[in-house]
Amino acid sequence: MSVIAPKFKLSEFIKSLLDNVFWTVLILSLIGIPAVMMVLFFIEMPVINGELLTPFLALTWIADPSRILPIVHAFMATDIFRVMVFPGFGFAALLAAGTIFVERKMLAKLQLRVGPFYCGKIEGILQLMGDGLKLISKEIIIPAKADKPIFWAAPVLFVAAAAAFVALIPVAPGWVVADVDLGLLGVFAVIGFFPIITILSAWSANSKFPFIGGIRALFQMVSFEIPLILSLLGVVMLTGSLNLSEIAASQSNFPWIVFLPIGAIVFFITMLAELERIPFDLPEAESEIVAGWLTELSGMMYGLVQLGTYLKLYAFAALFVVLFLGGWNGPMVVPPFPAEILTEGIVLGPVTANIPGLPLFTQEMLNGTLWFVLKTVGVIFFILLPRGVFPRIRIDMLLNLGWTKLIGLAFVNIFIALGLLYAGVLGPGGLQ
Amino acid sequence: MTEQLPPGLALQKVDERIMTLNVGPQHPGSGHMRIIVQIDGDYIVACDPDPGYVHRGEEKMAEYRNYITNIPHLERPVIHDSCNVLYPYVLGVEELVGIEVPERAKYVRVIASELNRCIYTMYWLAIYGIFLGHSTMFMWPAGDRELLIDLMEKMSGARVTHAHFVPGGVRNDLPPNFEDVCLRQVNYFEKRIKEYSAVFYDNPILIARTKDTGILSREDAIRLGTTGSVLRASGVDYDLRKKEPYDVYEELDVHTNVMKEGDSYARSKIPWLDMLESCNIIRQALQKMPKSGSVRTKLKPNPKGKGLNSVYKRVESGRGSLGCYIVSDGKTEPYRLKLSVGSFRNLIALPYLLKGEKLGNMPSVYWSLNYWPVEADR
Repeated sequence: MSVIAPKFKLSEFIKSLLDNVFWTVLILSLIGIPAVMMVLFFIEMPVINGELLTPFLALTWIADPSRILPIVHAFMATDIFRVMVFPGFGFAALLAAGTIFVERKMLAKLQLRVGPFYCGKIEGILQLMGDGLKLISKEIIIPAKADKPIFWAAPVLFVAAAAAFVALIPVAPGWVVADVDLGLLGVFAVIGFFPIITILSAWSANSKFPFIGGIRALFQMVSFEIPLILSLLGVVMLTGSLNLSEIAASQSNFPWIVFLPIGAIVFFITMLAELERIPFDLPEAESEIVAGWLTELSGMMYGLVQLGTYLKLYAFAALFVVLFLGGWNGPMVVPPFPAEILTEGIVLGPVTANIPGLPLFTQEMLNGTLWFVLKTVGVIFFILLPRGVFPRIRIDMLLNLGWTKLIGLAFVNIFIALGLLYAGVLGPGGLQ
Repeated sequence: MTEQLPPGLALQKVDERIMTLNVGPQHPGSGHMRIIVQIDGDYIVACDPDPGYVHRGEEKMAEYRNYITNIPHLERPVIHDSCNVLYPYVLGVEELVGIEVPERAKYVRVIASELNRCIYTMYWLAIYGIFLGHSTMFMWPAGDRELLIDLMEKMSGARVTHAHFVPGGVRNDLPPNFEDVCLRQVNYFEKRIKEYSAVFYDNPILIARTKDTGILSREDAIRLGTTGSVLRASGVDYDLRKKEPYDVYEELDVHTNVMKEGDSYARSKIPWLDMLESCNIIRQALQKMPKSGSVRTKLKPNPKGKGLNSVYKRVESGRGSLGCYIVSDGKTEPYRLKLSVGSFRNLIALPYLLKGEKLGNMPSVYWSLNYWPVEADR
């Protein structure tokens, strides 16, 4: 194995770091710290312990480490943290990266292969990073007859739409980027953007195979949006709300999949079609139309579309969890934060450290996130599994499935929901 | 006067609805050839296969090499099926030169050619799987193929291009203990390919996609001159191993698999059934083979054909009838050598089958014809 993989030596790595440390410190002190000061000067600072956090105070953690946690607390309360890090983009991208790794390894095990092996010391865990670096370093080739502004914009728009979708997903009680009352309607609106972006990208490439792929994607997404929306109406009826946080909270006793299994199945199938995953990967059917609407995309443009695809995958799985599997609800498994640390501080031999700002996260939030992630990973696993089992289906079979069978089943699901509602078993807000 | 341009270059007046797609030669779904497809929406109105991208002039090259040095390059058209490609040539040269083949060598040839048929069919099946978007069916046959490749390596010394058949027998005797190893590997291989039916041939989506698509009727199959699995999938009981037995096939119990449907599904299932049959043949041959004896009648250096003479021999290869026509004028080289291959004869059916089909059926219909582009071009 070590013949192919280059030898990694820690001492050489540290040496190279030390070689660069002078320049790192110089650049940080000349550019980094002033830049941080500028940013802190212009954004609105929060109030901590009754005093306004000024840029100067924000940097005092360098002298007083005990100030770190209050500042982190203050930062966590800002919108930018929610959008960029926790319930938003960073968290979703991390799960998406994990999804890609699991997909590769799982598919490899299914097909009696090894999968990524060399990149990174453990089981090719850095393969995705290597692929990303490769895509960034590749030249972007634009077809000569392409409609360039739209062609450039489409991958960016795709990621933006996927990120907007992620922003609507509640991860834990109170932890959601955009807590809107019409959240589910917002989800439908965002889903409606994807076919438009796809057909714009395909058409602007001015090439035959992307065009056919784009038309296929348009057919597929538009015809599966109807059963998608219809299959979720049952949940909306039983909950009496379109707010995703309220829908998740209403399932504290039973997840809706217990009462609406048909709706869950229909939603799962439409989800596979919306995500263009096997067996519904017609827009990218390689033996017919090369790579479908992605044929002319090269370099990081392709990488962006892949990023958007996996963000979308996470968002759909998370939506399934929120609507049918009870979102963050689950037995309390996270132990409470030890109270003596809050009152007495941490005793380290002779020194007793009193750390203000603890605990960083509440017990409910950690527990909710844990259950949410576990359920989402489970759903993602079932989304990935058909790839190793099924061949691709044909467009006429797909449209037949969407327009006749799934819509019929979605109506059956609505009638079940109405029956439960009128029989008085279940009503808005959960179990009566 | 209009000049006749090759297809694809000619300017045609077509309906604005009709789009011409060049599938290949650089396309994941074409192989080393081009299929010019005209589509109206999702329906194929016309299809024009355009082979010839890997023409290597094997037949012309054979005229400049003697009967022995022709062996390594004549197997190149289908390197996965190299024993079967060499088989008719070797049979023909034996008749031209006039030598007898030892009994044991005939059995070794049958075993090698059946192993090669399986190796080829596994490769074909792997590509059929990936053409339908079934990546597991790409990896499994490609992996299980190694079992038989290892056997061929033990037998001939080379993994793919064996050059094992020579006029007068086979190049080397079997290694010691080969019979036991071969029986064990073949039994395991048979058990393994029986599992494919669960994941592939009984898969409801596969059946829905390939049943009743690209139907080739019995009459059309005969009229178009198709051979091999394509012919047998259309209900014609025709197998050269049974109809014109060569070497020791008449002493073995060969069962021919025939299906009546003539659709893509039947065409894709017949090679799989043939592989199971090959396992039976190998087991029979291992049982009946003389346990010792010569495997090669030595030829004189630079053998010459007898006078002005011609011979035509054909065998059942993985893709159907494979014939070799050799004309000798008494020299050490053949005067003319012609390979008549199954791939090219099956390809003729493609425009008939694809007309009116959906674009999504193109890969499954195309590859179910058991077509190997390199062999067709020779």
